[in-house]
Amino acid sequence: MDTLLAGVQLLMRWDVALALLVGSVGGVIIGAIPGVGAAVAIAILLPATFSLDPIVGLTVLLGIYGSSMYGGAIPAILINTPGTAVNALTTYDGYPMTRRGESRRALSIAYSASFWGGVFGILCLIFLSPLLALIAPHFGSREIFLAALLGMVLVILAHRGQVFAAGMLAAFGILLHTVGLEPVKYTRRLTFEQSWLTGGFDLIVVVLGLFALSQAFLLLVDKDSQPAVARVEGSLLSSMKELWLYKRIATVAGSFGVLMGMIPGVGEFTAQFLSYTYARKTSKTPEQFGNGSVEGLISSEAANNAVPAAAMIPLLALGIPGEALTAMMLSVFYVHNVIPGPQLFQNQLDFVYALYIAMLLLNVIVIVFLLFSTNLMTRVIRIPSRFLGMIILTLGFVGVYSLRNSVVDCAIASAFGIFGLILKRLNLPIVPIVLGMVLGGIMETKLRTSMTRVKTPLDFVDRPIAAILALMILFVIALHIRTLRKEYKLKLSSAEQDTKRSDTHQG
Amino acid sequence: MAEPSYRPPRLHRRDNPIKAKTLQDLFKRYRRPGDLVFSLLFLAMCLFLAFNLADQTTWSKGTKLFAQPALWPYIAVTTMTFFATLHLVSGLMSPVMPGRWKEIGFWLRSFEFAGWFMAYVYIVPKLGYLPSTLLFSVSLTYRLGYRTPKQLMAAGLFAVTVVVLFKSLLKVKVPGGQLYELLPGALRSFMLTYF
Repeated sequence: MDTLLAGVQLLMRWDVALALLVGSVGGVIIGAIPGVGAAVAIAILLPATFSLDPIVGLTVLLGIYGSSMYGGAIPAILINTPGTAVNALTTYDGYPMTRRGESRRALSIAYSASFWGGVFGILCLIFLSPLLALIAPHFGSREIFLAALLGMVLVILAHRGQVFAAGMLAAFGILLHTVGLEPVKYTRRLTFEQSWLTGGFDLIVVVLGLFALSQAFLLLVDKDSQPAVARVEGSLLSSMKELWLYKRIATVAGSFGVLMGMIPGVGEFTAQFLSYTYARKTSKTPEQFGNGSVEGLISSEAANNAVPAAAMIPLLALGIPGEALTAMMLSVFYVHNVIPGPQLFQNQLDFVYALYIAMLLLNVIVIVFLLFSTNLMTRVIRIPSRFLGMIILTLGFVGVYSLRNSVVDCAIASAFGIFGLILKRLNLPIVPIVLGMVLGGIMETKLRTSMTRVKTPLDFVDRPIAAILALMILFVIALHIRTLRKEYKLKLSSAEQDTKRSDTHQG
Repeated sequence: MAEPSYRPPRLHRRDNPIKAKTLQDLFKRYRRPGDLVFSLLFLAMCLFLAFNLADQTTWSKGTKLFAQPALWPYIAVTTMTFFATLHLVSGLMSPVMPGRWKEIGFWLRSFEFAGWFMAYVYIVPKLGYLPSTLLFSVSLTYRLGYRTPKQLMAAGLFAVTVVVLFKSLLKVKVPGGQLYELLPGALRSFMLTYF
């Protein structure tokens, strides 16, 4: 209880309050604009947060992460265009409701389901934190190596239908991490006698190129579009209580969100797919799914909003990011010399609690903001797409150039921008590259330190957690082979394919 | 290779379910125009790296395998080459979509905007952040075809907002322009600090 109060105290500052407000409201606006998602915004803002206190900087970024999905539901429901990638499933049932003239009801339900999912996720984690504080110290080098390896395997296999592409891009990410002067023996790796390659590829430069600049180029090259959105009439509050009728679906979806968010490399899409399938199977009206089912809408929105809080678990407890956004946040910790990992949970639990309370508060701010400003958001959605491209490119400059005022960084980011554009056009995933870069670095360091005490290969897994993780890796691979065998006999269901398609469009 | 019994390729995967009947079918995947070109180029890059790995990495004497500086580049390039080969093979076995060269044209058109970005990077240390951002956003907006005074004003306003937000308030590290040096004393230091 004392730690919880200490966490509250950490937040009692005007700059944290401002960060909460800016992060949550900014996140909703960014999420509502199709073509800009949390990844673009976080990539751009990352260098600007380096000069702030860790709690302030992280609150802004968490605010954007947690609230962008609320905003993303607005265009998904009103114009059948997801604001962020994880709102793609929301279009299935949200847009048919709009066509039936129930846009207000759909928005109310989406907001309340998002709130339920978000708060459920955070509460789960607040109660789980003491347990994590107990378990985390048992993670030594080899356990962290295995957890990172599990994350790599999962991020590759989670891109079903694109496993080969995900595999080669994850390995490309590892390769990018290895380029430059290696810090132990001081040898050069893959520098090709080029002095600009000696420093290697900076994660933030690559991320800015892959997410922000690529999106800018994509919008600038593509045809101009300016979505027309109708106003939403009436109070949004009245339909919110309808969620209570579907509390079972919302809670199960939230639980899937928490579980999938905690596992590195999995995340929103799998959580949504599982909760949507569950909701359809247990529904009295399964035929309504895809045609404006309230249960479908709730399962999609509650599941994705439960993920951000859960995704902080592997990041904070083990220092392992599970997806691109937490990978970016890891650099905020590094810049401030706060090393996430078991020690953080042991020594700075108040800091961890402060982050959770901040997330809780931002959910409240967002829901209140949306109740009064949904129609304002419908105006934001109307920004012409190529003008938006110019905006992202201008902001992208601040992100890259302010890092170390390097023209080379900007050129590298541009190159990755073009590469990211090609990947997006080909519907190939970008996230494995970022995770490959981060997890590759973790794996290299942890394997080196853990092998000093290992005599035989079996020594590596002689501790319980290491053994469990190793078994999990084998289990996940075996499960994938089993699924492949099943696919060998059955054709893929179309719903499954569609969730996979949206996977790479993280903006 | 693709079997003749395939349905004609369509744009949406939902319309084009892939049925696995033979081992070859397991490799079939949804593939967009330009996929083959990308797969070939990526594999070529992997092979180039593989052939240069020995020259570009060092195996230290007296160091265990797991601490070798060359280990992870080897792991990365081997895995990349393995998956890139499979990706190319799966592409060859999947239904083709028309529009390859049009798609490559789309990729190439992005170079123009990468050029705009680099020009912006080049002029900031010379003109200063505020004038460069104004020039960049207004001229790019004009280039994009938004040419009404209202649209150009919006671009200008956006540029000023960005500079005030990031440089004046958040104090991000963007150097003052050489042009500012020509300004008189107090104004010069004011511009160097805030814009």
